[in-house]
Amino acid sequence: MSIFSNPFDSNIRLRCSCGQHASEAEHQAEKGRFSDKNHESLVNNVVEQGVMRALFPSDTMRRRFLKAVGAPTAIAAVSSIFPMALAREAFAQGTGQLEKPNLKVGFIPITCATPIIMADPMGFYKKQGLNVEVVKTAGWAVIRDKTLNKEYDAAHMLSPMPIALTLGVGSTATPYTAPAIENINGQAITLAMKHKNNRDPKNWKGFKFAVPFEYSMHNYLLRYYLAEHGIDPDRDVQIRVVPPPEMVANLRADNLDGFLAPDPVNQRAVYDGVGFIHLLSRDLWDGHPCCAFAASKEFITANPNTYGALLRAIVHATAYAQKPENRKEIAAAIATPNYLNQPVTVVEQVLTGTYADGLGGVKKVPDRIGFDPFPWESFAVWILTQMQRWGQIKGSVDYQKIANDVFLATDAKRLMAEAGMTPPTASTKTFVMMGKTFDPSAPQAYLDSFKIKRS
Amino acid sequence: MPARDSLRSLVLSVLILVVLLLAWHIATIPTTGAQVVDEEYAKLVGAQAATGQKSAFPTPLDVGKKLVEQLSDPFYDRGPNDKGIGIQLAWSISRVGLGFLLAAVVAIPLGFVIGMSRVVFKALDPFIQVLKPISPLAWMPLALFTLKDSNISAIFVIFICSVWPMLINTAFGVASVRKEWMDVSRTLEVNPLRKAFLVVLPAAAPTIMTGMRISIGIAWLVIVAAEMLVGGTGIGYFVWNEWNNLSIANILVAVFLIGVIGMMLDMMFARLQKAVTYRD
Repeated sequence: MSIFSNPFDSNIRLRCSCGQHASEAEHQAEKGRFSDKNHESLVNNVVEQGVMRALFPSDTMRRRFLKAVGAPTAIAAVSSIFPMALAREAFAQGTGQLEKPNLKVGFIPITCATPIIMADPMGFYKKQGLNVEVVKTAGWAVIRDKTLNKEYDAAHMLSPMPIALTLGVGSTATPYTAPAIENINGQAITLAMKHKNNRDPKNWKGFKFAVPFEYSMHNYLLRYYLAEHGIDPDRDVQIRVVPPPEMVANLRADNLDGFLAPDPVNQRAVYDGVGFIHLLSRDLWDGHPCCAFAASKEFITANPNTYGALLRAIVHATAYAQKPENRKEIAAAIATPNYLNQPVTVVEQVLTGTYADGLGGVKKVPDRIGFDPFPWESFAVWILTQMQRWGQIKGSVDYQKIANDVFLATDAKRLMAEAGMTPPTASTKTFVMMGKTFDPSAPQAYLDSFKIKRS
Repeated sequence: MPARDSLRSLVLSVLILVVLLLAWHIATIPTTGAQVVDEEYAKLVGAQAATGQKSAFPTPLDVGKKLVEQLSDPFYDRGPNDKGIGIQLAWSISRVGLGFLLAAVVAIPLGFVIGMSRVVFKALDPFIQVLKPISPLAWMPLALFTLKDSNISAIFVIFICSVWPMLINTAFGVASVRKEWMDVSRTLEVNPLRKAFLVVLPAAAPTIMTGMRISIGIAWLVIVAAEMLVGGTGIGYFVWNEWNNLSIANILVAVFLIGVIGMMLDMMFARLQKAVTYRD
């Protein structure tokens, strides 16, 4: 089930227990759905789904409602209380004048940023009447500072960063939003060649690992993985923050034993023969978010039309990127020196999922990386539990409020408020991580269930 | 130095260069191993990995080729993140120039004041001593935070690193103008402004120039690191971008060019220094 599905179909589930889809079959069917021509209906689906989610916080209720009255009646009924057409129009057409057609968007040269990057050479921004300059940036701290400085209007960030910014963890507190997730999956644990016969995490005491940033899914995933195997990530191993481009160089120099990094870094380590891919992040948590498209609350409120157009461009690019048959074309477009600056084959292996694992094998994992813009608030809640778990935030946390404020679970909420309605509780879902179910409605219990933690 | 000696040293220089290049070449000769993996796998990885090795350091020939490639088209512009090495160098030089100029505008008059008065010198000395040894890059996060502009921050970092040598040298030069000359000017009742420009300045000029020469050297050292930090444009960004691509050959090209430009800047100030030097 993804954001592009029709919410008026009683057969699909808006909340699913697995990653993004109710079943593998549906997942496959999903991939074939998007086409360039039905972008309009795509956006409509995004809006309708947001509204339906908002109206029916319980998915069973929505399905029962649809079964009882049928989709056309449901549409009519919902439209009678909520001006769906207006919301769709506001979201899809960008009715007003663009307040700021020339924008600067920052990105880090990794494949997570694919939709943000490809929207430039492949014309997604232009289609929305925007003149966007995508600027390569040296690191997460710089991207944070440049966005705070308003040098960038919006930026590619790690999905925990907007939360950290809003909370004022590691910077001045500035209200930030993540209107869209960039990618799901697409990370990996890479180990140095010398460990190719030492794949059991229980033996990894004393290892030196690298992650791209403190407030990153990479950090939380690696810590989670190690802790599940009884390794205390703070005491038994060393986890350093190393910018992605320096990771391979450090691995080669034996400064690191491994890293949990965004691609193409992992594939590049294989390409250069310095490391092998131990496991993909999808093996830890299939459908986890990684990077987000972030903008300050100020930008969004001051430039609603521009923001709408920008978000539309990103949503369209994301949908295009999700289609497997487009992946090669995208790889060629973004591997150039102006963007990722990598050999095309490296980027292609990441995007197509047919890759060399570094140990002499060729693996085929089509969902190695996926693109799905929906910012599930449960993602934010999970991130908050991990921030607490590792002592990045102290004391009690109002999970739902922060998740609500930061992860804009579709702009339907904003549109509903504009239409004079009270936005109801947000959409959440449960998901499974390494065999353990996360229930976003009981974050504290989830946090308490961990043996290794700092809080 | 007699002509014969300079010829000899030239020959020696060339000899050292040849030996170094040869050693480099021998050290990096690729060991042609048999392909240890199958065809399909080999297509997905670099040539080095396919033969079961880590990718090696580039040979001098690789670097030479890259150098020619970069220099044959130094001013291309393919989007905001991919510009020719000439454009990048021009950005760096302009940042250094601007920061350095600002530093000179502040440091030389201030140095004059400090040098003229022992009281001011003593009073400001502790501040200068504490601020001087701070790595200019440590200012970077502060600059980004307060100035709220990465380009201005880079210029500020250049400013802050080049201000100290100039300030100290100016103060020192001014303070150590020969007492006799000051006495003469006092006897002739020269007004203070005239005294500053016609007596003190020429007398202190060689020391001030030395300070400027040290400053420009430091500024050029720092700009590369600063640009690697903030990115965007400049030779530092170029190095970072090629590091991102793990292209050691391109990095070496940049390293070579950084060295050449640094040498040229230093030579320029050496000339200026020579022009203002006098014999007592």
